[in-house]
Amino acid sequence: MSEELFPEPEWLSEEVKTGTTIIAVTFDGGVVLGSDSRVSAGESVVNRVMNKLSPLHDKIYCALSGSAADAQTIAEIVNYQLDCIKHEEDDPLVCSAATLVKNISYKYKEELSAHLIVAGWDRKKGGQVYATLNGLLSRQPFAIGGSGSFYINGFVDAEYRKNMTKRESQEFVVNALTLAMGRDGSSGGVAYVVTIDKDGAEEKCVLGNELPKFFDE
Amino acid sequence: MFISQNFEMDSFSQNPEFTIHSFFTFLDTTIMAVEFEGGVVIGADSRTTTGAYIANRVTDKLTPIHERIFCCRSGSAADTQAIADAVTYQLGFHSIELDEAPLVQTAASLFREMCYRYREELMAGIIVAGWDPRRGGQVYTVPVGGMMTRQPVSVGGSGSSYIYGYVDSNYRAGMSKEECLKFTAEALTLAMERDGSSGGVVRLAVISEQGVERQVILGNQLPKFSTV
Repeated sequence: MSEELFPEPEWLSEEVKTGTTIIAVTFDGGVVLGSDSRVSAGESVVNRVMNKLSPLHDKIYCALSGSAADAQTIAEIVNYQLDCIKHEEDDPLVCSAATLVKNISYKYKEELSAHLIVAGWDRKKGGQVYATLNGLLSRQPFAIGGSGSFYINGFVDAEYRKNMTKRESQEFVVNALTLAMGRDGSSGGVAYVVTIDKDGAEEKCVLGNELPKFFDE
Repeated sequence: MFISQNFEMDSFSQNPEFTIHSFFTFLDTTIMAVEFEGGVVIGADSRTTTGAYIANRVTDKLTPIHERIFCCRSGSAADTQAIADAVTYQLGFHSIELDEAPLVQTAASLFREMCYRYREELMAGIIVAGWDPRRGGQVYTVPVGGMMTRQPVSVGGSGSSYIYGYVDSNYRAGMSKEECLKFTAEALTLAMERDGSSGGVVRLAVISEQGVERQVILGNQLPKFSTV
């Protein structure tokens, strides 16, 4: 057991992380994904407008969190793998995309530190959300991730209801992101929201001043 | 809450303070206090842990300091008990000298004085709440490190991280006593469901001009938040 008396300053070895807040929610007919836009390296914000919602396919998106490099690479690899099988069938299942993500996360779990939430719509099961933290695969009605998600655990537990409409789900996602960005120093910027249903994916960006206001002590 | 004594330096770990083997008794906890017109509502869970063992599953973390001043304790059980005892003594003495009820701010200042002076040795996060005739219901938070600030609503302890979003979105100024009780019970329940260090029963107390009313909400009577 040894103790370091003078540890080297953190920012020298700090990797670039998307200390972040991501959330995905199913509604009747599709899913809504949301993320903040801050990428930090230690205390410095290196990108304040990064879109962490990455398309894996037409109607399947994933939300990135953890190490920026790891998460982006996983998303690109899975995007490529899904493109390869695109010629065989029109719409890959969300479950397939999530399984591909999970396979990479699990196989390289010692080297990688990224948590992706995969969400989308397919003809077989409609809107689905899968969490793939550290190599597990779990289908859930909604999922939250990233450093900012700790602060909204209570909020989403209390406010989520099954069978919300598309509008209510979008409001729920924006509210959750706003609350997390208000409390987590590693989350902030703007809110990106993607809504996926049978007609396709619709991307939206909610700027800082358009975000809802909550009581601030 | 985590401590960094007796840690092992893991060369792969960038955050040595999170690789711990500690067997001190902790009130890793969720505590909360809310002001309303005419008094305050305070609440806490009831779990005290020593490592992974729950040393006491029915702890009372709402400690009376004076007739209408309470403190909610989080952090090290030993430290907070010792501080609370010392402040109770000092405040009692001060109150006799003054020959009137002490101010909540005085109690909070005494806590702050001790927590700041001995900040290197102590691990204590305390919320001081009560009622006095001059300023009515007040909540003062004295987190680890020894700062003091007055807030209309304050949460503390390890479980508090999970309910910041809930408290931010659901608190409104001017709630009634019943609304505050419901708000506190629900927030504590949500935190207890997510935080492994918080659990057991919910203890609540209402402090007002009339005195102190205490209540306990047992595990099976807690509000239900099911997402299945």
